[in-house]
Amino acid sequence: MHDSLFDRFREGESFLHRLAPTVKVVITVLFILSDALLPDGHWLGFGISWLTILLLNLAAQLGWSYTLKRSFIAFPFALAAITAIFALPGETLAVWDFGPWHLIATDAGLLRFLSIVVRSWLSVQVAILLVTTTQFPDLIHALEHLRLPRMLVTVIAFLYRYIFVLSDEVLRLLRARQARSAIPPHQRGGGSILWRARIAGNMVGQLFLRSYERSDRIYNAMLARGYQGHLRTLNRHGIHTRDWLLMTFAIFLLILLQLFAHLG
Amino acid sequence: MPITHEKRNTPLPENLAEDQPVIAINNLDFAYPDGHAALYEISLDIKKGEKVALVGPNGAGKSTLMLHLNGILKGAGELRVGGFPLNKQNLPVIRALVGLVFQNPDDQLFSPTVFEDVAFGPLHMGFSEDEVIARVEEALAQVDMSGFEKRLSHHLSTGQKKRIAIATVLSMHPQVLVLDEPSAGLDPRARRGLIQLLNTLPITMLVSTHDLRMASELFPRMVIMDEGRIVADGLTSTLLRDESLLEKHGLEKP
Repeated sequence: MHDSLFDRFREGESFLHRLAPTVKVVITVLFILSDALLPDGHWLGFGISWLTILLLNLAAQLGWSYTLKRSFIAFPFALAAITAIFALPGETLAVWDFGPWHLIATDAGLLRFLSIVVRSWLSVQVAILLVTTTQFPDLIHALEHLRLPRMLVTVIAFLYRYIFVLSDEVLRLLRARQARSAIPPHQRGGGSILWRARIAGNMVGQLFLRSYERSDRIYNAMLARGYQGHLRTLNRHGIHTRDWLLMTFAIFLLILLQLFAHLG
Repeated sequence: MPITHEKRNTPLPENLAEDQPVIAINNLDFAYPDGHAALYEISLDIKKGEKVALVGPNGAGKSTLMLHLNGILKGAGELRVGGFPLNKQNLPVIRALVGLVFQNPDDQLFSPTVFEDVAFGPLHMGFSEDEVIARVEEALAQVDMSGFEKRLSHHLSTGQKKRIAIATVLSMHPQVLVLDEPSAGLDPRARRGLIQLLNTLPITMLVSTHDLRMASELFPRMVIMDEGRIVADGLTSTLLRDESLLEKHGLEKP
């Protein structure tokens, strides 16, 4: 019931699926960096980036609009940049008064805001492409190969394993509440907002306690199998010549894009 | 990008003397930190090759006792595993000797993939990569789950999870298998499969269970616990015939 909720991976045989996970992570991060470095309002540069993503979508045999359709989920977060409209000096576009606030929208501000939205939208798409073509355990290993702090990698790995268990736990709690949320005939049910809030609070507390106790049991299970303070892993990913070539090519393209955007 | 992974070799005792008990507990007492006493004067010897059922009502102390066998809990009294007294120095060796499988497979299986979970024990014992891979294959074959290496633990059924959970300790080549309620929550077919599996494993076993039918089928010896004490220890067939004993300790004749 929960697989589709979190697992974004899609089986496939494309060259993107076969590429070494470490290389994919590096290219993704560099791509996002390159996005962030494109100057405000460089629509041609953004366009080229997006075109690349579309082509990669096709190359991964996902259909051209796969990441596009799934990228809107991040849009609300980009709205956090809305203050940029009023924060930059430039030609005044409009003035609003909200009580004590005197807001001046400028053209430079608007341009920056739109650029930020496009940048985050492109970044989200390339990240979606990464998790769609890479099994999550492989991603975790890639992070390990890239020498990310071990503790961080471990936390991500546990999060991935137990988010399913936790979401099941939440589902069970919600069902138990629903099953007892009865209303007698000819009466109004539901209780006051305050009472409902308290119930919800109790459920959150329950969830925390259950997770806490579970973490204790898991730690015991780790101890029982010889855990002595740091995790060891077997990594059997090799990086082949093909991966090196592709990574070099991708970095070359990104540098070219940056040169074009800043000098051209 | 070559990544070298730490390797370490823990010296392991190869084979125990035949007559020596694998587990020897003498006068073990334990109270939880909050003062709640859980075990009183537990004395129990388990010989090599014995298959023992540990039964008793909920809260009798079965799980608490099992956690002692692996040194996760430490009570007052004497506990030897494979001849080694339980102390800080022997702890890694004892954990390799005792394969402890927890009741809830979601607690036991904490890695993203089946392979990583089964490899966890051998890796932490310091074996080489080839050895670890060989042990994982062997353990999965023993529980009849070959080919599941790349599967994600959260996509498995409960019966499959239980089998993998057993494989996670079989890969450590333990001397004793300690299972906490292995048949709980299984449907009849998965339960039957599990009983067959336990029957084929040629290894010393201590299994806590409420399933007295399984106990009579699999375990010649039975230990009954109640309120933190061992109240009976003998042949399963004899104990199961003593209806007043069973009733007194909240058990039902199968």
